[in-house]
Amino acid sequence: MTFAAVGHGTLAAAAPQGFLSPTGVEIAFVLVGLVTLGAAVVTVTTRQLVHAALWLVVALGGLAVEYLLLTAEFIAWVQVLIYVGSVVVLLLFGLMLTRAPIGRSPDADSGNRPVALAVALAAAAALVWVVVDAFRTQWIDLDKPQGTTDVTGSILFRHWVLPFEALSVLLLAALVGAIVLSRRNAARSESPGPPRAADSDKEQR
Amino acid sequence: MNDALDVALRLLVVFVVFLALPLVIGQTEHKVMAHMQGRLGPMYAGGFHGWAQLVADGVKFAQKEDIVPAEADRRVFQLAPAVALLPYLLVLLAIPIGPSEGAVGQVIDAGVFFVLAVMGVGVLGSLMAGWASANKFSLLGGLRTAAQLLAYELPMLLAAASVAMAAGTVSLPGIVHAFEWWWLPWQIVGALVFFVAGLAELQRPPFDMPVADSEIIFGAYTEYTGLRFALFLLAEYAGIVVLCGLTTVLFLGGWHGPWGADGLGWVWTLLKTAVLAFVVIWLRVSYPRLREDQLQKLSWTLLVPLALAQIALTGIVKVAIN
Repeated sequence: MTFAAVGHGTLAAAAPQGFLSPTGVEIAFVLVGLVTLGAAVVTVTTRQLVHAALWLVVALGGLAVEYLLLTAEFIAWVQVLIYVGSVVVLLLFGLMLTRAPIGRSPDADSGNRPVALAVALAAAAALVWVVVDAFRTQWIDLDKPQGTTDVTGSILFRHWVLPFEALSVLLLAALVGAIVLSRRNAARSESPGPPRAADSDKEQR
Repeated sequence: MNDALDVALRLLVVFVVFLALPLVIGQTEHKVMAHMQGRLGPMYAGGFHGWAQLVADGVKFAQKEDIVPAEADRRVFQLAPAVALLPYLLVLLAIPIGPSEGAVGQVIDAGVFFVLAVMGVGVLGSLMAGWASANKFSLLGGLRTAAQLLAYELPMLLAAASVAMAAGTVSLPGIVHAFEWWWLPWQIVGALVFFVAGLAELQRPPFDMPVADSEIIFGAYTEYTGLRFALFLLAEYAGIVVLCGLTTVLFLGGWHGPWGADGLGWVWTLLKTAVLAFVVIWLRVSYPRLREDQLQKLSWTLLVPLALAQIALTGIVKVAIN
């Protein structure tokens, strides 16, 4: 969401409308972006595990609203369907299945904070740079819908078929890998001797 | 100004429908269940056949003390009923009941995706309630809810995708406009999968393992009383309205009917929805609860393959008639 907000600022500055007289949609975009950013920061800093998952819902939902404001309706609903509806539910399921104490969990910090911060900043910088570089002075006309299902579908399957298929194969490989991992663990736990803690932990993830 | 008025009016109508139809279905459930079980059902409130029973129930719920358990996570506990209820209100906005522009709350370009996405969010309410109650029965209920949603979301999506393929559009009014009578036998498998998966997502019997009152005491809702509990109940009945409406629109041709005069489209939609709602109640009375492993097995080994076969069939027929 950081890169989205910054990218938007650049676009607005280069636009004929000018930076100092934003329209209602632009103001809403920036405000929702701020809320999304705030929710994301809370997600990684809160000490209550389940609250982190719930704040993630806010962050992902905020992102969906941003897509909607950019008239990319299809992407917005897919974002809600996949991330809010499935990924977060899976996350909550995993938390409840393992441990989800009410209140603070002081041992939830792993001590990798500085490294995580550095990686996050590097990733954000790379994304902002790519987006700004790619869309320098382009202006999205928000008055008519730009990202309808029709347009998204034809662009995806006319111009981006190969990346799309490559991604499908990648996801399939991940799926097969997950099945292999979980089956191997199951076979080992049937053999004498308790499974090692690290293994069972992995299984629960 | 006129636009604003138009929007406000539409929202108001949808809101009234949202409050009224679940009550109608609730009262129907009282009476239908009673007659199927050879008894009368509520007969006193309101005088004529106990028509005001649900209103009386509502007054009772509103008077009850609102209790939050001491160990519970207060804010999440209090927020959960709203998260469970609001998505159904949003979905109702997108369901068209007639062919004209004015017969749908809001035309949404990617309507099928919108309704399925937003319906999935409603389950978060049950999960939040189950976790925040600080009660192991509630947690079990929450877990079962999540497992059930993960299993049944996929066949539901696949079945809906089949109709979208057949119609060549993902807009709900567009799908009904494209409907022909022979879609009914063509898409019948998809319709059954969609309806069954929808029932499971609503946790209605026979898929009510997550709330199983006789073993985990209503699961995620164990600790709720008063209005908040009533909101969960309202969410369940609003869910029935939404599911039956969606099945009507996607698979049963919405406002199309044998003697479909132009002005009467909405009657057909409501009639089909009502028949489906009756089936939902009927299933509750006639089937025993499925066990958790049976639930998962039904979805992964029966519904998902059936939905995939339906998609294949849709593709073949679509190519053949083109």
